[in-house]
Amino acid sequence: MSVGIVSYGVYIPRYRIKIEEIARVWGDDAEILKAGLMVNEKSVPDVDEDTATIAVEAARSAVKRAGIDAQRVGAVYTGSESHPYAVKPTSTIVAEAVGATPVLTAADYEFACKAGTAAIQTCMGLVSSGMIDLGLAIGSDVAQGAPADALEYTAAAGGVAYIIGNRESELAAIIEDTYSFTTDTPDFWRREGMPYPEHGGRFTGEPGYFKHVTSAARGLMEKMGTKPDDYDYAVFHQPNGKFPSRAAAMLGFSKEQIRPGLVVTRLGNTYSGSCMMGIAATLDQAKPGDRIFATSFGSGAGSDAFSITVTDRIEEIRYSAPGVEEMLADPIYVDYATYARHKGKIRLA
Amino acid sequence: MIMMSVPRFWRKQIARYNLVGTHCKQCDEYFYPPRNVCPSCRRGGEIEDFKFSGKGEIVTYTVIHTAAEGFEGMTPYVLGIVQLEEGPRLTSQIVGDAKDMYIGMKVKPVFRRLGQSGERGMIYYGTKFVPA
Repeated sequence: MSVGIVSYGVYIPRYRIKIEEIARVWGDDAEILKAGLMVNEKSVPDVDEDTATIAVEAARSAVKRAGIDAQRVGAVYTGSESHPYAVKPTSTIVAEAVGATPVLTAADYEFACKAGTAAIQTCMGLVSSGMIDLGLAIGSDVAQGAPADALEYTAAAGGVAYIIGNRESELAAIIEDTYSFTTDTPDFWRREGMPYPEHGGRFTGEPGYFKHVTSAARGLMEKMGTKPDDYDYAVFHQPNGKFPSRAAAMLGFSKEQIRPGLVVTRLGNTYSGSCMMGIAATLDQAKPGDRIFATSFGSGAGSDAFSITVTDRIEEIRYSAPGVEEMLADPIYVDYATYARHKGKIRLA
Repeated sequence: MIMMSVPRFWRKQIARYNLVGTHCKQCDEYFYPPRNVCPSCRRGGEIEDFKFSGKGEIVTYTVIHTAAEGFEGMTPYVLGIVQLEEGPRLTSQIVGDAKDMYIGMKVKPVFRRLGQSGERGMIYYGTKFVPA
């Protein structure tokens, strides 16, 4: 029995800030940063946008794309590292706002940047076991980076929602298999009540990102007996442009395979939405029969790898909701002061 | 700071989230916010729930520069009266630059934060409008 993606929806706030503008404020060299990070600008939420509003917009877009009766959704899981409440689920707000309540199970997930793909896996299990009809898995973040910290150049805002199901005729993409690799690695964290996360600097690279991403990716390919050549596209968690490019090269994927999904250069790191946004951008242009390899990464640390095959159904739902390119188009650029205001970095009284 | 009791907001939460109002089957009039009794048909009315598409246009608007407590961080912002396609008019914030607004402008709904009861209280979510 197949399980897969029935629909997907994306949301990116309209505002952007360029790397040059952030570098100007902190006296950094923008050209060195842009070359090192492979990021030119990042998305900025409006003053009244947060993880919940972004999750709702993405979820509504997913429901609309495939014309789903939201009452069929039996589970909502929202992954984020910036849930608006410490206690009080984002997922219930989403469930109510898409009209899926009250007969469903819901919970919020937190696993740095991979909480959204963990939600996809949970929904795959619930759908496959017959416990639910459809599951809604969301990755949404208004990511925080402390002023002047390296993270501030990439911490962005955006969300992606996937509706997971198992009725063959409804699947726009079949998730053939998934594989996870998880260890206790303290490369990035945020303590209770603290406004900004801490990270291990260079420690986040080799023992964090690369070890987990390559282990999960190799693990899935070994399990399935596939190799990079078997895939038309590949997506790796994109905290910047450099990490996924290097991971792809380490694993034997080409630049062409990762190009459609590599949206980080114009978007920044949407944390829980990052890898899922790359998959969405790839689905936006994939043809029936195309195979997509995707691996997320969440600090703390773990990676979820997926092997996906696109079906004919993709053509029927592709244009029923805005794609990633449409969401990236026509941005409004803001200066650092406006960005600080939007992000709540300026305290009023 | 919005000083609204949690139960009071919660009672009309669905209306604010999903633009659910009411419709009188007797006289075919639509209401938002929802009415329990049709003001025209009174006891002869037949009220049912109705979910509005949210498509509408700006009837009039004003630009707020001196905001009430809790909204200082948003100024200048646009407050407008939106007429929904089905007829009802409602007051809502119109998201966007004030200089882009005009009477008759087509709008569509978005899900946003409406306010919060300080740093410790509840966060209120609901519908605002953006240029369509």
